[in-house]
Amino acid sequence: MPAVCCDSVVLDQIALTDTVRLLSASWGDPEHLPHAGQFFMLRCWGLGEGPFLSRPISLHHWDEGKKTVEFLYEIKGEGTRRLSQLEAGDAIQLTGPAGNGFDVQAIPQGARLALVGGGIGTAPLYQLAKELNGRGIRPDGYFGFRDEPFAMESFRGLCEVVRVATDSGRFGFHGLVTEMLEPEKYDLILTCGPVPMMRGVYQKCAAAGVRCLVSMENKMACGIGACLGCTCHTKEGPRSVCKNGPVFEGSEVFGE
Amino acid sequence: MSKPELKTSLLGFEMNSPLMGASGTFGYGVEYAHMVDLPKLGAVCGKGLTLHGQYGNEGERLWETPAGLMNSIGLQNPGVEHFIQVELPQMEAQLRPAGVAIIANLGGHSEEEYEEGAALLSASSADMIELNISCPNVKQGGMVYGVKAEAAAQVVRRVRAACKKPLMVKLSPQAEDIPAMCRAVEEAGADALSLTNTFQGCAIDLEKRRPVFDNIFAGLSGPAIRPLALRMVWQAVGAVKIPVVGLGGIATGRDALEFIMAGAQAVQVGAANFVDPRSINRIYEEMEAWMEANGVESLAEIRGCARP
Repeated sequence: MPAVCCDSVVLDQIALTDTVRLLSASWGDPEHLPHAGQFFMLRCWGLGEGPFLSRPISLHHWDEGKKTVEFLYEIKGEGTRRLSQLEAGDAIQLTGPAGNGFDVQAIPQGARLALVGGGIGTAPLYQLAKELNGRGIRPDGYFGFRDEPFAMESFRGLCEVVRVATDSGRFGFHGLVTEMLEPEKYDLILTCGPVPMMRGVYQKCAAAGVRCLVSMENKMACGIGACLGCTCHTKEGPRSVCKNGPVFEGSEVFGE
Repeated sequence: MSKPELKTSLLGFEMNSPLMGASGTFGYGVEYAHMVDLPKLGAVCGKGLTLHGQYGNEGERLWETPAGLMNSIGLQNPGVEHFIQVELPQMEAQLRPAGVAIIANLGGHSEEEYEEGAALLSASSADMIELNISCPNVKQGGMVYGVKAEAAAQVVRRVRAACKKPLMVKLSPQAEDIPAMCRAVEEAGADALSLTNTFQGCAIDLEKRRPVFDNIFAGLSGPAIRPLALRMVWQAVGAVKIPVVGLGGIATGRDALEFIMAGAQAVQVGAANFVDPRSINRIYEEMEAWMEANGVESLAEIRGCARP
C-alpha cells in the first residue's frame, strides 16, 4: 500500500529523557494502515521556516482503536528540535506509512525470536513486539543504551525476557548489547540501532547460522523512493532505504 | 466567468496543466500518482537515464541549505532498456489514462551513449525525450555539454538524428553564455528547451573539516535559486523561437506564474515535491485562484506579458 500525505493533529507529547520524546498524532486514513518497521515523514514547519526536508521517524506504536500513531524520537538537530516543541492541537504533516516494514505474518508461529535495539533504534521494536504478541510469539528483548534506558517498561509486558545493557554501566549489563546476545538460542533476530551495533549483531548471527533482519536509516528527501537520496549498497545492488527497506536481510547489507 | 483554463500545449501534446514533475524529484511519477491529482499534472519527466545504468555517487547525497537542497545523486538509474521494460509500462498504466504526458529524461557520458540511448527511447512509447546535458554531478561528460555551446550543439545534432520524438533539451545554469547556448541548441535541432538544472554549489562539513560531498561540488535546487533560474528563463525566451519550459525553485502558484509571464510555455516543479508531495495540487489551485481573481481566462493571455 503506497504512502499518502495527510495534515494531521498532534494529540500529545511527553519527554522521556532530556532528549527523547514520545509524540502521538491522529491517523484516520482507513486505507493506509501502518505496521511495524514502517516510518512516516514528519513536518511541522513551512517552506523557508525551518529545515528544507521533512524528517523520517519510525512508527513506535499504532493504536488501531484510537487511530493514533506514536513516534519515539531523539532530538538530534533542528528538525527534531522543532518537532519537540509541538503540543496537543498543533498541526503536523505526515507522509506515510512508508517503507516495507517487518513482515510479521511471514514469521512462523513457533519461531524463537529476539529483538535487539540500540538507543533510539528501540523505537520501532515496540510495535513489532506488539504485532508478534498478536501472533502468539513472545520475543526476548535485548536493548543497549549509552547511559540511560527509556521506554523499557512498555516492553516488559510483551517480551519473555528484557535485558538492558549500558555503555556506562549505570543500568543493567555494563557493555555492548551484542555481548549479551546468544544468537544460537533463536531462529530469527530482528534488530534496529546504530550501524556498528547492527553489523555486530549480524556477524554474531552469521557465525551461528541464524537469520537476521536489520532496519536501516539514512537521510531522505522524499521518503517514497523517488529521489534516490537514501540509496544503500546491498548484495542485490543499489536499494532505497525508504522504499525497498528500511528492513533488509542482514546478509544483504552486511554480508561478505 | 467559467474556471480559468490551465490546459497547456507543448510540442503537440495537450497537457492537463503547465505543471510537470521535474526529473530527479518525481521518480517515474508512479511514486506520486496517488498523492497528486493527475488531472492537474501536465507531464512527468522521469528520473535521468543513462544507456547502461549506474549506481550514482558514493558518500553524502543530500544536504540542506536555506530554502534549498543540495544533491549529489549522480544519475543513479537502471539503464534505458530496464526503463523501457519495467518503469515505462508502470508509467503507462498509471499516468496515461489520466492524460499525463510521459517524458523520458536521458543523460550520458559520451556522444555515442547519448545517441544510442535516444534511439532506444525513440522507439519506445514515451511521448518526448528530455535530453539532460546539464547534470552537475557526473564527472565525465554531462557537464561539459552543459557549459560549452559547441559541445552542446554537437551532442544535440547526433541525438536529433537518432530521435524521431519531440526533443526537449535541459540546460545547465553553468553554461558560459545562456543566450548563445540556447541558440546553438535550437539550431542543432531541439524542439524545446527546459532550464535550469541545479546550480553547482559546495558545502564544507566543519566537524570533519572536509567537503560534504565526495565530488566536492553538488547541485543546488529549491526556492534559493528561483530568481537566478527565472533570469535565465527570461534570457532563453528572448533568444529562441522554440518553446521554453521553466524550472528552478517553483513552490507556489505565484512562482509558476512568474515563469509564465516571463514567457515560459510550461513549468516544472522539483524540490517542492519533497516539502509536500501534494505540492503540484496546491500550485495548480493557487494559479487558478490568481487567474480567477484577476480575470485571466487562459495562460495564453498572460504568457510573456511581462516582456517589453
